[in-house]
Amino acid sequence: MLPPGSKEGDWTIPGHDYGSTRYSELDKITTTNVAQLKESWSYTTGIADGHEGQPLVVGGRMYVVTPYPNKLVAFDLSKPGPAKLWEYTPPIDQTAFGKACCDDVNRGASYSGGNIIYNVLDNATVAVNAITGKQVWRTKLADPSQGSTMTMAPLVAKGKVYVGNSGGEMGVRGWLTALNAKTGKIIWQAFNTGPDSEMKIGSTFKPFYASMKPANMGVTSWRGDQWKLGGATVWGWVTYDPESNLVFYGTANPGTWNPELRPGDNLYSTSAMARDADTGELKWAYQYTPHDAWDYDGVNEHIVADIPFNGAIRKVVVHFDRNGFAYTIDRVTGEVLVAQPFQYLNWATGVDLTSGRPTLVEEKQTHQGHMTTNICPSSTGARDQQPAAFSPRTHLFYTPATNLCMDYGGIEAKYIAGTPYVGAAVKMYGGPGGNRGEFLAWDAGTGKKVWGIKENFPVWAGALVTAGDVVFYGTMDGDFKAVNATNGEVLWKTHFNSGIVGNPITFLGPDGNQYVAVYEGVGGWAGAIVPGNLSTDDPFAALGAVNAMKDLPEHTKAGGALHVFVLP
Amino acid sequence: MAMLVMATVGAAGHPLPKPLRVCADPNNLPFSNDQRAGFENRIASLLAHDMGTTVEFSWRPQIRGFVRKGLKAGACDVYMGVPVAFGPLLTTAPYYRSTYVMVYRAKGPVHVRSLDDSALRSLRVGVHMIGDDYQNTPPAQALASRGMTDNVRGYQIVDDYSKPNPQARIIEALERGEIDIAIVWGPFAGYFARRSPTPLTIVPVSPAKDTSGQLFAFDIAMGLRRTDTTLARTLDTLLARERPAIHRILTDYGVPLDSAQVSSDSIHGE
Repeated sequence: MLPPGSKEGDWTIPGHDYGSTRYSELDKITTTNVAQLKESWSYTTGIADGHEGQPLVVGGRMYVVTPYPNKLVAFDLSKPGPAKLWEYTPPIDQTAFGKACCDDVNRGASYSGGNIIYNVLDNATVAVNAITGKQVWRTKLADPSQGSTMTMAPLVAKGKVYVGNSGGEMGVRGWLTALNAKTGKIIWQAFNTGPDSEMKIGSTFKPFYASMKPANMGVTSWRGDQWKLGGATVWGWVTYDPESNLVFYGTANPGTWNPELRPGDNLYSTSAMARDADTGELKWAYQYTPHDAWDYDGVNEHIVADIPFNGAIRKVVVHFDRNGFAYTIDRVTGEVLVAQPFQYLNWATGVDLTSGRPTLVEEKQTHQGHMTTNICPSSTGARDQQPAAFSPRTHLFYTPATNLCMDYGGIEAKYIAGTPYVGAAVKMYGGPGGNRGEFLAWDAGTGKKVWGIKENFPVWAGALVTAGDVVFYGTMDGDFKAVNATNGEVLWKTHFNSGIVGNPITFLGPDGNQYVAVYEGVGGWAGAIVPGNLSTDDPFAALGAVNAMKDLPEHTKAGGALHVFVLP
Repeated sequence: MAMLVMATVGAAGHPLPKPLRVCADPNNLPFSNDQRAGFENRIASLLAHDMGTTVEFSWRPQIRGFVRKGLKAGACDVYMGVPVAFGPLLTTAPYYRSTYVMVYRAKGPVHVRSLDDSALRSLRVGVHMIGDDYQNTPPAQALASRGMTDNVRGYQIVDDYSKPNPQARIIEALERGEIDIAIVWGPFAGYFARRSPTPLTIVPVSPAKDTSGQLFAFDIAMGLRRTDTTLARTLDTLLARERPAIHRILTDYGVPLDSAQVSSDSIHGE
């Protein structure tokens, strides 16, 4: 459902609609004419960093949030592009720049009540007047000097701005906060670990599975006070279902502690969370990867959809997790209806739908100082935050995917803040088949792949699907592709100098034409090695990713631009 | 940088006094701070002086991403104080070797000498948290492998940077009696123990090598871009020449030096 007052031809919130289907009713671009698509205009942001997220289109204007320093740039779509109107530069605490984990990315903005609202890396949420480019309010939510940053795109619904924090690597404790969209004032804040009172768990909390029912699991599923450094941050996407009045989001990995140091399930890390949109009360939760030992964050989006399941239409959320399983979950009760691998995985043999728990493969557990070989997926996950799309016409989900495995073990010298230590050496490499990525269509009612396009590199860009039955996505080596939603046939592609890690959108221009827009600018976690020849010092992730991605610089280079396409 | 140095050598016959450009943490005593009061600041100045030039510091917290955002981005040419064979960098010969240590109140009941001392199980133990996913200090892991998790408390090594010496929180916790023993990297312990109003005892972590092969002592070197071999050779020569002066600086700061001989072999070139 679109936000009230939004036009179908606009793109006013990150996922197009509250349920983040990334499905547009626009149908002028079709499977038969998409091959004629031509670039209309482009704009270079001047920042050679990972350009995640997507632009917005509201009332004949387009809005782009850049990576750090998080400028907001407005364009007039009624004139030949790029017709830049203004640029807003937020006040920003530069200490945040050194703190962000994996790249200094930003995943976009939401429009509400005449304002463009987005998060700045230093933990401020800002609202900027969409016409004048003047700041309306700014709310500082955390101090970056303590490790927290903000990279996610806020969702605005019912006059509230839902935002979450990043920085689980720094021992940050994750939260979701609702701000007043008009004033920026905090309405409520709910933590993802800790006592029930701080998690907003009360008598209306009804998790489907027994392991999450006892009181204060956010404390008792940790040792001592470890939950205080528990991670479970919220750097992915927030979705909303008006009918049940629930907001959905996923939580990141349990904070800095090694698995051996934090026995227990470590709730509510790596979990789906469903909260009352007005009060923030937790209504249900479901943990994807109890006692995560692989860095399988659960932050990926929860797409709200009504799909056929066992002969009836069910109201569900669909989630493609880093751990390799795709979950179809009853969005009112939290019952998992389907949990099937959408990429090759071997850390579990399946998910027991009675207990809700994965059936673990003991020899694929990680232990510091011990060699564990061939764990699939790698800690980059079978998919990261780059969001999928859902077409109500085909009833299919279209998702990017990563096919990497890893060896975890050995020891190598590392250091931080003057302190040397030895840590695990993580080596990543292509999974079975040799292709490191895939873009695929998924039937969430049966848990089966319908078609897939193998890609050389992990697909780190989001998906868009339209009523013209065309699906758009980009690759890390810089191809922007249009494929047939029904069978995956590639209908059109173009090439950028830098790879794509952003999410395509479509909109209706003031001239009545249907446009498609996407960022170029490789970066983010797996792409972070491209801007330079030195490996990063991120021990678990990027160092390992460097091995898997070492030929990427031969195929693409750093960059940062917006590209807009139209039929001639 | 290597190419620049070669070019200037070729043109003038001897190196021009270009500043020694060092990336350093602005708030991380005893190693460095932006008042140049750390021992790494002093060692860098000493080496720059020997090169006939000055030192130019680029300040950046040495936390996740610092190599990519500092050295790789061209903000500096050298990191002080990295472990030998530190993955992303070329390292010079080591110029000191220290060890993780156990620290406790001198006038208290604690007299632990070894990680295998059963008394440790009933004590409240503080360790530093590294701040990267699933990577922790050797003592933290060694405690877990001995089944000690309930009595272990983590302190963020990257704590609140708006306060001075954020890494000292764990020593303050010891002074306050919040923990009974801290197991931390030697240079922190040596420096803050000297300044503590509470007399503290420092003993090296024992056994020096854990059954898993985990080490507690490290050779410390300077880190450079992998291509900067010319500068690395220059620094190797100076580090060897200045060994007595460097030893004096380290002693001034109370750095516990490991008795094992620092290897004089440069390992760059791998």
